[in-house]
Amino acid sequence: MLEVRNLTYEVVENGEKVTIVKDVNFTVGDGEMLVITGPNGGGKSTVAKLLMGVLDVTDGEILLDGRDIKGLGIDERAKAGIGYAFQQPPIFKGMTIRRLLNLAAGKELPEYVCCDLLSNVGMCAREYLDREVDATLSGGERKRVEIATVLAKSHKVCIFDEPEAGIDLWSFSMLVKEFEKIHQKKQETLLLISHQEKIIRMADRILIIKDGTVNQCGSAEEILPLLFDEDRECSCMNRKGGRMYGTGCDNQ
Amino acid sequence: MELDAITNKVLDAIDTEGFRQEGAYNLRYNGQALCHGDSEYIKIRKKEDRQGIDVYISGEARGEQVHIPVVVSASGMTDVVYNDFYIGEGADIKIVAGCGIHNSGCNETRHDGIHAFHVGKHAKVVYEEKHYGEGEGTGKNVLNPVTQIYLEEGAVFTLDTVQIRGVDSTERRTDVDMGPDSRLYVVEKLMTHDRQTAVSNMEVRMNGNGSSAQIVSRSVAKGTSRQTFHPNAVGNALCKAHIQCDSIIMDGAQVCSIPEIDARNIDAQIIHEAAIGRINTEQLLKLQSFGMSEEEAENVIIDNFLR
Repeated sequence: MLEVRNLTYEVVENGEKVTIVKDVNFTVGDGEMLVITGPNGGGKSTVAKLLMGVLDVTDGEILLDGRDIKGLGIDERAKAGIGYAFQQPPIFKGMTIRRLLNLAAGKELPEYVCCDLLSNVGMCAREYLDREVDATLSGGERKRVEIATVLAKSHKVCIFDEPEAGIDLWSFSMLVKEFEKIHQKKQETLLLISHQEKIIRMADRILIIKDGTVNQCGSAEEILPLLFDEDRECSCMNRKGGRMYGTGCDNQ
Repeated sequence: MELDAITNKVLDAIDTEGFRQEGAYNLRYNGQALCHGDSEYIKIRKKEDRQGIDVYISGEARGEQVHIPVVVSASGMTDVVYNDFYIGEGADIKIVAGCGIHNSGCNETRHDGIHAFHVGKHAKVVYEEKHYGEGEGTGKNVLNPVTQIYLEEGAVFTLDTVQIRGVDSTERRTDVDMGPDSRLYVVEKLMTHDRQTAVSNMEVRMNGNGSSAQIVSRSVAKGTSRQTFHPNAVGNALCKAHIQCDSIIMDGAQVCSIPEIDARNIDAQIIHEAAIGRINTEQLLKLQSFGMSEEEAENVIIDNFLR
């Protein structure tokens, strides 16, 4: 179980303290799927980075199975069971996709396993396994490799920061199926940051973050009508009626 | 012949294909040919007028390897050797060279290998050269290779050169003359650490129509080491070339990259690019998210960059 209590992140800009995330609270049970959504710049990715240790928490607690992991580094959080797919994956000159998958898994994977991992994110393995993770890959290809690296190993909690970004529709469908498969097994807790309706509708729980704070949090049954019912007003998304991806939400 | 432990260790470092006293080979040890062998299509002959060997490779040679490693373990030695390769028309071979110094003394130990390749029409050559230094002594390890390559029509030459570690000073000189439709691939990988220095000068002259060259240099500079790269692609005909220099700079090191392109024909298309930078924080974070420490992540990045 992942419990987040009063998570706060502050930075100093031009000598002044600026609060990016303030008092965020939520809980995700084992095998549950939580989707964090909300307007751009609201603090969703910051929350994900705080959970993984990419950024240092200013205040609050992050409890993984009751243990506060706030003071742990990224590598230690990874060893504690957290997997993380970056929103903008880096390139590695000289490193093949096969090698990156092996490093992610922490062991040499048989070729068929590497192929399956890539196929599950919509990539033809034969074409990609020995290609370098460099600038010759498109943004979408790099993103899919990034997701495959998280899928290469089982984790207690998998965090995906906007997995849909830059991915074509066909690959996105594959990805949704993969998330459904993981979710159905209920062995790994999924935490996804997303703007995509297909992904949001898969969630057990939905958290809406706006202006660095939790605007809404609840079960899918409670939150989905706020996001997608045409006739309901949704203050959390700064709109009245209409779909989530209407005016004012440009990251489709 | 039985080789001692130090020689075997150095050979393991510089000859990743695995040195064996089989087929065509020549092991130079402390300035002398220690052992050598010929094959049906490859003959190795000692030079009469100076130190070194002439290697005659018949056009019939297909898929064969020639191993010509050099080991220097006598501290204070300066070894200069001239090796000439005559590769027949249509041959398809791999030449595995390299030099390793084991310096357990306080004197400078140096090896200058001057290699000339005369590559016949449509022959394919892969030349691998690894440089490595070790030893508990305080004497410097110096390697100054000179490589001259002459490519006839349609010849293809791959130059894969790696300086692994332990070389205090190196000054490399590579000159290539390319005939019509010949192709050249150069991959130069180099790591310097502590107070080491490395200079690499290269000039590739594309003299024949249809010739093409791809030159890739990757380096890592640690400590207070200094590196200078100066590859120059000269287009004297209808030709294509691409020079790419990438370096990772660490600690208090210095890297100077000067890719030069010189078109002397209206149909010459030559491109260069160079980048020097520290290890990207995002790369470290990504590998740390696999459970690696920062130091482990850094080593993996360097290892793969130079792989």
